[in-house]
Amino acid sequence: MPTGLLNGGGSLNMKDMTATILKRIGHSVITLFVISILIFIGVEALPGDLAESILGQNALPETVEAFRKELKLDLPPHVRYISWLGDFVQGDMGRSLSNHRPITDLIGWRLSNTLFLAAVAAMVAVPLAIILGILTALYRNTLFDRIVSMVSLSAISFPEFFIAYILIALLSVKLSLFPSIATMDGQMSLMDKLYTIVLPCLTLTMVVLAHMMRQTRAAIINVLATPYIEMALLKGVSRLRVVVVHAFPNALSPVINVVALNMAYLVAGVVIVEVVFVYPGLGQLLVDSVAKRDLPVVQASGLIFASVYIGLNLIADLLSIASNPRLRNPR
Amino acid sequence: MKNILNIKGLTIEGFNDNQWSTIVDGVDLTLARGEVLGLIGESGAGKSTIGLASMGYSRRGCRISSGSILFDGTELCQASDRVKQKIRGTRIAYVAQSAAASFNPAHRLIRQCTETRVRHGQLTAAQAEKEAIENYRRLLLPDPEGIGFRYPHQVSGGQLQRAMVAMAMACKPDIIVFDEPTTALDVTTQIEVLNAIKQITRHLGTAALYITHDLAVVSQLADRIMVLKNGRKVEENQTRKLLDTPGKSYTQKLLSVRSQRPIKKPVQLKQNVILEVNQVSAAYKKKELVLDTIDLTIRRGQTVALVGESGSGKSTLARAITGLLPPLSGEVIFQGNPLGASYRSRDRESLRKMQMIYQMPETALNPKQTIETAIGRPLSFYFGISGREKRKQVLEFLDRIELPASYINRYPGELSGGEKQRVCVARALAAKPELVICDEVTSALDNLVGEEILKLLQNLQNDLGVSYLFITHDLATVRAIADEVVVMLKGKIVEKGPRNKILNSPGHDYTKRLLNSVPKMNPDWLDDLLEKRKNTRSKKAA
Amino acid sequence: MSSLIKFIQKAPWSARIGIIILVMNIAVAAFAPVISPYGETEITGDVWEEMSLTHPLGTDHLGRDLLTRMIYGARNTIALALTITFLSFTLGTLGGFLAATLGGWCDTLLSRMVDLVLSFPTLIFALMVLSVAGTSILSLICVIAVLDATRVFRLARAVAMDIAVMDFVEAGRLRGEKTGWIILREILPNALPPLVAEFGLRFCFVFLFIACLSFLGLGIQPPTADWGSMVKENAGAITFGIFTPLWPAAAIALITVGVNLIVDWFLNLASGLKE
Repeated sequence: MPTGLLNGGGSLNMKDMTATILKRIGHSVITLFVISILIFIGVEALPGDLAESILGQNALPETVEAFRKELKLDLPPHVRYISWLGDFVQGDMGRSLSNHRPITDLIGWRLSNTLFLAAVAAMVAVPLAIILGILTALYRNTLFDRIVSMVSLSAISFPEFFIAYILIALLSVKLSLFPSIATMDGQMSLMDKLYTIVLPCLTLTMVVLAHMMRQTRAAIINVLATPYIEMALLKGVSRLRVVVVHAFPNALSPVINVVALNMAYLVAGVVIVEVVFVYPGLGQLLVDSVAKRDLPVVQASGLIFASVYIGLNLIADLLSIASNPRLRNPR
Repeated sequence: MKNILNIKGLTIEGFNDNQWSTIVDGVDLTLARGEVLGLIGESGAGKSTIGLASMGYSRRGCRISSGSILFDGTELCQASDRVKQKIRGTRIAYVAQSAAASFNPAHRLIRQCTETRVRHGQLTAAQAEKEAIENYRRLLLPDPEGIGFRYPHQVSGGQLQRAMVAMAMACKPDIIVFDEPTTALDVTTQIEVLNAIKQITRHLGTAALYITHDLAVVSQLADRIMVLKNGRKVEENQTRKLLDTPGKSYTQKLLSVRSQRPIKKPVQLKQNVILEVNQVSAAYKKKELVLDTIDLTIRRGQTVALVGESGSGKSTLARAITGLLPPLSGEVIFQGNPLGASYRSRDRESLRKMQMIYQMPETALNPKQTIETAIGRPLSFYFGISGREKRKQVLEFLDRIELPASYINRYPGELSGGEKQRVCVARALAAKPELVICDEVTSALDNLVGEEILKLLQNLQNDLGVSYLFITHDLATVRAIADEVVVMLKGKIVEKGPRNKILNSPGHDYTKRLLNSVPKMNPDWLDDLLEKRKNTRSKKAA
Repeated sequence: MSSLIKFIQKAPWSARIGIIILVMNIAVAAFAPVISPYGETEITGDVWEEMSLTHPLGTDHLGRDLLTRMIYGARNTIALALTITFLSFTLGTLGGFLAATLGGWCDTLLSRMVDLVLSFPTLIFALMVLSVAGTSILSLICVIAVLDATRVFRLARAVAMDIAVMDFVEAGRLRGEKTGWIILREILPNALPPLVAEFGLRFCFVFLFIACLSFLGLGIQPPTADWGSMVKENAGAITFGIFTPLWPAAAIALITVGVNLIVDWFLNLASGLKE
């Protein structure tokens, strides 16, 4: 095969690569769209009239009628869906049923709080998980590996709130190091904020860390078992170089996949952790609204959670494509 | 002459089923500077393990339990990791069986080829690259300046294997360990790699351990051959002496595998036609044709061998005939009746008359079914035989395939590869077929075991008069079993005819090339062939 | 039976611990009315009493005996988790096998639906459905079973696909066997080991999931005893230095650790990894 052909093939496949990426992005957009329809229909499918079921059987007909107007229930469903989605995209999410405040106001700073907590937890958990995963893979079947494996197996078996309450019992009640309730307000400095969220963040980190570390370890062991790693050892390459130069570039793509997969635990964990620590976040709001059946708020926060989750997965997939040597350098 | 490598009483154990068992049992081995020693044996002989041990390396789950490995005065058994690291790649290099798996997919070839040279501080990156390109040129790789800057998946298998030889010779090592470097390659590609290896062992004076199961291949390269079986040395001798006067019966057996057996019964042309393949074309997923207007005829009691290299479409033809891959055009006619394109549209009787034996006996038998179920199912499915009668007939079949009656209650996992393949033969024959399609039935087996399977198939044909369509890449197998030969290349039939005509006076260039690429048990074969090819090339140029 | 004992004798110590934990839990759940000192909803003391002879684990936020609540909680939670796991398993395996053997539009349709559900965090999905359907036991069972079935579907389909391309399945097809035989006799026996391990993992997941929902006040509703809701109800105690909520939380942790230990052993057996 002459080089010219190779270069030609390369540029041709650059197009394929772009196509793959565009396809992946399109896929996410469609998924999000379908989910928004599902969320909307889900509320529609509620048995009986929404207004009546919320106001109760004894409500005056005029009240019900006014309420229906407020919810735009007098319009046909597809019109309502389009206006709902249109408003949503523009930042108008309607009003809460329970306290009639604009949902955007309710959600705004709670979303930023949740993202703050999740981001801090991810920043601690992801690098730590990858480092521990690599170390346990390298020193597999040693005492160190067995202990870490045992601890992480327990951690994935524990419910999030168990870890949270153990931490509270130890670090807050017994040692009085950190607050057991994470109250936030807008005036707090970054350091104060960080101090406040130490326990929720620690809980979240432990949950995500355990899952991520176990899967990273498996991914790295897979790479270490390949013939090209044996070849590198037989070429007299040092152990460190084998790991850094020969194993890591190939492990990158599976490890990114692992990180993406574990975003689900981060999202679920954040809801529980917020409830335990009474943290003013989106998860807390969602749980409260579900209990109160405040459907517009549930719809809005559900869609936000979905968008964030799908967005994170998209980014991870794109990174994974970009880090795969075969995909990056096509035939 | 001082030996560069001196192995004494090497014993290696492997961890299996919760206990250590011996893989290599007290092997002694010496290698002089510039000498090539061939290690030959079938699977389980421990030859690869010895090859790796000579670099002071043992795989996970193995341990060198006793013995001494003396490399140029350094004892590798007790050497520290640092010492071994310094020797590996620079003084002893390794060439693995599968270059495609052994090159790191994340780096360009040249970076991997120069790694040892640069890392051990012998040359700068630029110097090493220049030298690597020189090596590519010496090994006759196409586009020596450019090929190194490709990634492994962008280069073909044969070229990758040569690039790996280039990588091994980068530091001009004292010894190179070749571990089955041509086993995964087609015969026509194999020649180029063998030539490359011959180049460096002869012209650079590098000593080598050449590990293979193929006696003909190793006799082209080795000065001396050591025969191994089950981790023990069987015998060791100069190549020519070993080939001419093998001392042990095991060596004799290995030698006789490749020799041609006496010509079978004369070809019976007037027999009635069983299968007619008429203008069949097929493709996967609407892409280019994998089969291009194939015509083929099989007569009763005959064996037609379908020969071709990987990607020639020979297995696809089997899938088209059985209806697993419905052809795009053309038809398959069985005993005068056109068969449905897909196996789903065929009736039970026509399915029964055509049976198949697969390449991998491991995946061809359901691991959760006993041998009785495996052989008995066609009996009950096609003939409604059940209970005691079925068991009786299964026992008869076991007798036919020369397996003890006690095997009837066993599961496939308790059988060896060859035994499993026998069960597959019995399962096919239990349907009382007219035609059996044998897809590479011996290529996953050791030579000696495969030989037994071929003999069994021949005996059964003599008794039962079934026809075989025998798909294979191995010309020695063709020689042994075929009445007629069909040669395929890139989805087309290039030549077909009676065996002796095709093998002795082939008409098509490709058939000629294929035939003379098969190594012979003659140490001068490779040199003669290369000499001949050089002459014809220079003649053509003139 | 004796072969089962022999099988267990070969198990590593970690798996044996898991088996002991599991057997104990099931025994407690089965004989709850016999071994519990008081009735399920009986108020027998003051709020959050310390451990004593009459109340071995103390009392809860309403003054009920915690040990009794724990024992009944085991019964309710384990029974519910098992029901859901069986349901989701049947659903997922059936769907997965059908998708793998039939292929075509059946496979495409099922896979797309599953992909959609999986592209959404499970907890959020469950919360939204429960907000609409209400928090009855029936809707709880349906929601978790369907959500969980999607994961079983993925695995069952992947495993069946791997087996369906094996030569012995092809040989069966070429023999003219019907789809039923192919699924039941050729594929299922070979798919069993990974599926059994998956059953354990799914059980853990379902168990934790119910506990989570109960903890959020959206799962099993009071006064039925359940470990998750017991943690929630008694959460306030912890700030007073009373560790009542840790008991049910630890019980949840213990049973999932036990099952995970057994699953690990099974996975090792199935993959033939003997270290």
